[in-house]
Amino acid sequence: MTHGPRALLRRGFDRSERLLDRTFGPDWNPLAQLGPLGWFLFWIVTVTGVYLFIFFDTGVTDAYASVAWLSRDHWWHAGVARSLHRYASDMMVLVMFTHLIREWAMDRYRGKRWFSWVTGVPVIWFVYLSGITGYWLVWDQLAQYVATTSSELLDSLGIFAEPIARNFLAPNLLSSRFFTLLVFLHIAIPLLLLLLMWVHIQRITEARTQPPRGLAIITLGALVVGALLMPAPLGAAADLDTVPAQVDMDWFLLSLYPVIESLPAGVIWTGVLGFTVLMVGLPWLPPARSGAPAQVFLDHCNGCARCVEDCPYAAITLVPRSDGLPFTHEVEVNPARCVSCGICMGACPSSTPFRRSGGLVTGIDLPDRSLAALRAEVIAAADSVSGRGTVLTLACAHGAATGPAPGRIVLPCVAMAPPSLVDYIISRGLADGVAVAGCAERDCHNRFGVKWTLDRFARLRDPYLRKRVPRERVLTIWAGPSETPQLVTQLAAFSARLAAMPAYENLRPLQPDEAAEADEAAAAMKATAQ
Amino acid sequence: MTATPIPLRKCLPQLVLGGVLSLVLVLGVAFLSARPMWQSLPEGTGLVRLSLTHSGVRNCRARTAQELADLPANMRDREVCERRRAPIRIEMDIDGQQVFATEAAPSGLAGSGPSRIYQRIELPTGPYHVTLRLADDPSVAGFAYEAGFDINLQAAQSIAIDFDAASDGFYLH
Repeated sequence: MTHGPRALLRRGFDRSERLLDRTFGPDWNPLAQLGPLGWFLFWIVTVTGVYLFIFFDTGVTDAYASVAWLSRDHWWHAGVARSLHRYASDMMVLVMFTHLIREWAMDRYRGKRWFSWVTGVPVIWFVYLSGITGYWLVWDQLAQYVATTSSELLDSLGIFAEPIARNFLAPNLLSSRFFTLLVFLHIAIPLLLLLLMWVHIQRITEARTQPPRGLAIITLGALVVGALLMPAPLGAAADLDTVPAQVDMDWFLLSLYPVIESLPAGVIWTGVLGFTVLMVGLPWLPPARSGAPAQVFLDHCNGCARCVEDCPYAAITLVPRSDGLPFTHEVEVNPARCVSCGICMGACPSSTPFRRSGGLVTGIDLPDRSLAALRAEVIAAADSVSGRGTVLTLACAHGAATGPAPGRIVLPCVAMAPPSLVDYIISRGLADGVAVAGCAERDCHNRFGVKWTLDRFARLRDPYLRKRVPRERVLTIWAGPSETPQLVTQLAAFSARLAAMPAYENLRPLQPDEAAEADEAAAAMKATAQ
Repeated sequence: MTATPIPLRKCLPQLVLGGVLSLVLVLGVAFLSARPMWQSLPEGTGLVRLSLTHSGVRNCRARTAQELADLPANMRDREVCERRRAPIRIEMDIDGQQVFATEAAPSGLAGSGPSRIYQRIELPTGPYHVTLRLADDPSVAGFAYEAGFDINLQAAQSIAIDFDAASDGFYLH
C-alpha cells in the first residue's frame, strides 16, 4: 500500500468496513453496498414523491396549505412519506459522497475505470438540483430562503430576460404558474438524474442496483422509524413581506447556501466550474499505470464465452469467428476497457498448467503476466518453502497479503488463478496446501474476483476445481489491507493442520521437462522485467 | 450461478444490530436535516431590496431627405436608431448618505435589452429616509426620475423598491 492521504483513507475505510462486517455481516455491509444503496434510496424518494404529489397543490397559498395538511392532519401516512422523502434524499447525498471518496481511496476511479467516475460527476449536481427544487415546493420560510438565494445566484449569470429574483420581491409578484413550473422541474430533473445513473453503470457488468434484501429491510425500517420519531419539520408559511432570518437548514442538500450568501456570485460560479473540471479531470491527475490488455489466442479459443461472462468490466465480447476454425464465435478484447485483472485467464478452460504439449499457451492471456510465467512463478515460489506443512499463497494485490513473503505469489486478482493451478500445486507436490488470499469478502477490488473464486471452488461456476483436489488442503482467506495479523494467524494454523496430515497420496512429481520449461519461462520473465 | 441467499430468520442478530446502527445514522441525518439553524439575517436587522428593469434610451437621429427618398415608400421612418440602448445610472441615499450608485449596461448580446438592477441592503431596524435617482439618457444632464420615501424598517422585514416609468418612476411594494 502506498503512503499519503489516499492510503490513510483506504486504511480508515478498511478498518470501518471490517467493523461493520461484524455488525451487519459481509453480505449486508452498507459500506460495500454504497452504489446499490444509492439506487435504493433513489427509489424510496421516487415512490414517496409520487405519493406526495397526490396531495400537493400548486398554488401560491395552496402549496404550503397542502404540505401543512399532509404533515399535520395526515402525519401517519402522508407525513411519514414526506419525512421519508426528505431523509432518503439527505441519505442519498451522504451515500453518494461516501461512495465517491471510497472509490477514490481505493483507486478505482482512473485508468480504464474513468468512465464510471466521469459520468458520476453530473450525478452529484443533479442530486443537488433535485433536492433544491423540492425544497422550493414546500413554500415555507426555508423554501423562501432557498428560492431567494438561488434566484439571486442564477440572476448573476445575466442570461434571463427578466431576473428570477423579482418573482420574490413581494407577495403580489409571485404567481401559481411558478409552482407549476417548479413541479415540472422537480419531476424532470430526477428523471434526468435516473438517466445519468443508468449511464454511470454502463461500463460494468452485472451492476448492482439493488442492495441485498436484508440491508434493504434494515435501511427502509430505520428510515420509517426515524420518520416517526423525528418528523421532517415544516417552518412557518413563506411571507415575501419578510425575510426568513433564521431557517431550519438541511446541511446535506443545502450546505452550499451559507457559502453562496457569504461569497460573491462570481466566486461561487468559478468554484462550481473549477470543482466540476477537477472532478472530471481527476482520473488523469495522474493517469493510472496499467498493464497490457488481455490477448486472445484463437488456436486455443473455441468461443465458449466463459471469459465474456466473468469479465467485470464488459471488456470482452463475442464476435463471429474469423479464422475458419469450426466454431461460430471467438472472443474480442476491448483494450479501452480491459484493466488487466486476469480474471478472463482464470476463466478460460484452456488455462491449465498441466499442459505439456508445446509451450503453455491459453485462449486468453495477459502479455505482462502470462499463464506460463505464472506457472514458473509458482514453481520458483515452491523452492522458497520447505519442511512439513508447506503453503503456497495465491494472493491478491489489494488484500492483506500484498507484501513479499516466502511461498507467496501476488496476483492482480485471485480469480486470475485458474482452479487447475491449485490442483497443479498440490498434485505436483509443490506445497502441502494452497492458500488463496483475496480482498475482504464483498469488497473485491475487481468486483467479482472473490465471488468467482468461491463459485469455481464450490463447483458452481466453470471452470470447476476438480473433485480430486483435497479440500482440506485448500484455504480461502478474504481479508482487507488492515487484516494482516489475522492473515498470518490463519496461515500459521493452516500450515500446522497440513503438517499433521499424512502425505498426499496422489502425488505426481514435477517432470524434468516441466521444470526446464519453467526455468525458461522464469528466465524470459526476468529478461522482460530488466 | 450464484450462492443461495441466507434466509432472513437466520440473520436476526444482523437485523437487530444493523437496524439499531442504521436507526442511529438516520436520526443523525434527520437532526442535521434541520439543525443547527442558520441565521441568514442578523437579529435586529431588516432588508431593503432595490430591484428594477428599465430600458435606457436609444441613440436616434433624423434621416436626411436623401436617405428617405432612397427608401421604399413603406419603410420611410423619419428616425433611425442604433440597436444598442444607453446604460442607466442610478443612485440611492439613505438618510443623506449614498449607499449605492451604479451604471447598469443594457442586457442582451446586442445591448438591446433593458438594464437590470438588484441590490440588497441590510439595515438595523428603525426609521430611514430613502432617496433614489435614475437617469436613462446620457445626453441629458441630471436625473430624469427622483423619489424619496420614509420607511420604518422592522426586524426581518423586507421592503422592495421597484420602478415603473409609466407610473412616475420609483414605488414601494
